[in-house]
Amino acid sequence: MNAPGMSDLTIWIIIVLLGIGTYLIRWSFLGALGNRPMPAWVLRMLRYTPVAVLPALVAPLVMWPQATGGEPDVARLAAAAATLGVGVLTKSVIWAILAGGCTLFGLLYLI
Amino acid sequence: MSPQPEPRPAAQQSIANDPASVRALARTPMQAFWHGMVQSLPFMIVILPFAMLFGVVATEAGLDIAQVMGFSVLVLAGASQFTAVQLISDHASAVIVLLSSLAVNLRMAMYSASLVPWLGKAKPGQRAWVAYALIDQSYALSIQHYERHPRLSMAQRVAYFSGTAVALCVPWMICSWLGATIGKAIPDDIALDFAMPITFIAMIAPMLRTPAHMAACFVAIVAALIFAGLPSGLGLLVAAPLGMAAGAMVEMWAEKQGQVT
Repeated sequence: MNAPGMSDLTIWIIIVLLGIGTYLIRWSFLGALGNRPMPAWVLRMLRYTPVAVLPALVAPLVMWPQATGGEPDVARLAAAAATLGVGVLTKSVIWAILAGGCTLFGLLYLI
Repeated sequence: MSPQPEPRPAAQQSIANDPASVRALARTPMQAFWHGMVQSLPFMIVILPFAMLFGVVATEAGLDIAQVMGFSVLVLAGASQFTAVQLISDHASAVIVLLSSLAVNLRMAMYSASLVPWLGKAKPGQRAWVAYALIDQSYALSIQHYERHPRLSMAQRVAYFSGTAVALCVPWMICSWLGATIGKAIPDDIALDFAMPITFIAMIAPMLRTPAHMAACFVAIVAALIFAGLPSGLGLLVAAPLGMAAGAMVEMWAEKQGQVT
């Protein structure tokens, strides 16, 4: 994982464009659009962006981890389940991370 | 990472007459700034390790310290920073890295819209500053404060926001740098490959509050697994909109049910 597949320049371009784009998203209504209301369906979709984008990003990484060459791995699956379970129950990001981390390292150590 | 404002029982009746409101209205902007900082302290406990983790993970993915700081200062949005770094280390194309990371930040358009009634009449420079520092936590704290104390002056509102923003964003930058510095010292055989998935799951789990959120999450996962064979990151661009649409549909359906019964 130590060699990026991209040149430094490409990474900097990503950083700058992502910075500008993110700023424009944040500035959008407050800065430019004023009080004009957004269509209801847009708001509805926006509400679900994080809970759709992040799981979609993570799911393949959990099922087919790179570290095992793409083979499903008990320790990583269990760690993902523990993180999710504790996160839903406690509503705490930190407890969820701790639960997942302990499960992962505990199982990797035991197996 | 996306704390929701707690319900505030009886807030409507107690507006402006209870001691807390009297105190809030009496604050000078400087005092309002400090108040914002103090109320941000609990969130800092979450932000500090999180920022360090970003520094560590980004360094592991091959970024140098300047690039880590570029992310944390210019982008200043945790979830999208992690997304970008994950996709970069997956060798996704630059366009896909950008689109996916921006998609993660789309929710902030909602934050921006919902602050308009409170901050829409602030000076353009102030609004530009608020936009820069509009993160999940500064938003959640401020909107809660404004709704609780609707008669605050504009100066008090901007000062309170600034207090939360400084208390949250500056540590984010410092701890990213710390993590990037420490990251180099962490041996390669520790299973850090899984730090990012765990972090993401931990961020999502507390957001799964309604059936609509769960549907969005479930559909996005299934679609992402089905389309995992597509070139790096493309599956995400198919799966995420499907999940968002599923969430929106379940929400509409639930509203209809609510009206019927």
